[in-house]
Amino acid sequence: MSDERGALRTEGLTKAFGGVVALDGASVAFQHGRVNALIGPNGSGKTTFFNCVTGMIRADSGRTTYRGRDITRAAPHAVAHAGIGRTFQLCRVFPRMSALDNVLAAVRPSGLLGQLRGARGRAEVDRARGWLTRLGIEHLADVEARNMSWGQQKLLELAGVLMSEPETVLLDEPAGGVNPALLDRIGTLVRDLNAEGRTFVIVEHNMDLVMSISDHIVVFDRGRPIAEGPPSVIRSDERVLGAYLGV
Amino acid sequence: MASEIELVDIQAGYGRAAPVLRGLSVAVPAGTIVCLVGPNGAGKSTVLKVASGLLKPRSGRILVGGREITGQGPQAMLAAGVAHVLQGHSVFREMTVAENVLLGGYTLRDKAFLARRVEFVKELFPVVAQRWDSLAGLLSGGQQKQVEFARSLMVDPKVVLLDEPSMGLDPKATATVFEQVVRMRDAGTAVLLVEQNARRALETADLGCVLDLGRVHISGPASELLADPQLGELYLGGRPAEPPVTPKR
Repeated sequence: MSDERGALRTEGLTKAFGGVVALDGASVAFQHGRVNALIGPNGSGKTTFFNCVTGMIRADSGRTTYRGRDITRAAPHAVAHAGIGRTFQLCRVFPRMSALDNVLAAVRPSGLLGQLRGARGRAEVDRARGWLTRLGIEHLADVEARNMSWGQQKLLELAGVLMSEPETVLLDEPAGGVNPALLDRIGTLVRDLNAEGRTFVIVEHNMDLVMSISDHIVVFDRGRPIAEGPPSVIRSDERVLGAYLGV
Repeated sequence: MASEIELVDIQAGYGRAAPVLRGLSVAVPAGTIVCLVGPNGAGKSTVLKVASGLLKPRSGRILVGGREITGQGPQAMLAAGVAHVLQGHSVFREMTVAENVLLGGYTLRDKAFLARRVEFVKELFPVVAQRWDSLAGLLSGGQQKQVEFARSLMVDPKVVLLDEPSMGLDPKATATVFEQVVRMRDAGTAVLLVEQNARRALETADLGCVLDLGRVHISGPASELLADPQLGELYLGGRPAEPPVTPKR
């Protein structure tokens, strides 16, 4: 399952919580410059994989590299500096800050004066508004995040991640709680950002979205990959149909 | 058909912000699943919070079983027969399935009734019976959702409010959860369902309401809403270009 060309690559990644083995020697390679998807049943280790790769939790054993650099023991901020951004299944926003401030919080103020005063320049504010616009929530720029719906908060979290301009974006269930009419927008955004050079790894249960935007799909079951390939192959793989889709 | 719960001309919002619900009216007839769909921020979850007493409406009326109980808190609404299953996972992971389910019957004083309800939910949700002594945190997402359903039914509510029950669930678990929603209705509990998986929800529901800008924009039999092409394009997402992979129900 490994691939030398992998931008984000793991070898034998293992993580257990007590007696529950969440990752069982997972070796995976996600391609640079592509839209990759990671799918599998609940409890198959997808979010634990994201957590290990981004330094949120430490794997018991195994190795993670990003574009050839070992990030196995890197802290979350170091992983972010390496160029990997992520969203969370249960989205994390600052509830008492406005949507605009939430997005601005993703970047440091530029320039000496900005850093001294903690203020953002017009360019940063414009860029933050630009992301809110691309996510379709620009009309909520001044609304506190806690007063936004779940789906709106998911989009806000994504805007914050994109504000930090990561080279690779890990999305944990971007469609969860998001209205279907907005899914097309998210799908289009992912494809557009991918065309601009960004790599994606997406954990998602919405198969219509996964099949329509992914170049490459890895399927997890019981903490390790059981299949991988393009959507046309995955949609007819019997192991996937049995383990995940129940058909 | 008598309504188990009826919200009439509700205005509601958070703090001093502009109202989220602006004259919303919705009724859940006995023995039906009513599904609320609509864009993000339309006020769907807010409807459920008002219905369960978590959010007091600024104006309007709430009737449960024909009796007006506007402005009551969650405890009074539960006593009146309104149970709320929240968005996301709300089981106590470090407690057993049994302890989680029995918490739902905490207010019950009649031990014989409590025992009957335990048997009822065990029969309705086989996984609850099978995993009765397991730690809830060890169950899969779909199984945990069924424990939440079971807990909500312990007081024998007239209506259960379900907020995004399929969120975060894989296709197989989603199919199971929607089957269980139908079983809840068939067992005699009306359901008010909020769900972003709008097509699936409308396929499951008897009646549907499309919310927009804090009020009911369109309502009717769920099958008719599903068949409306304009509605599909506006609120349910376009049809996928390729045939969807549909799990076995």
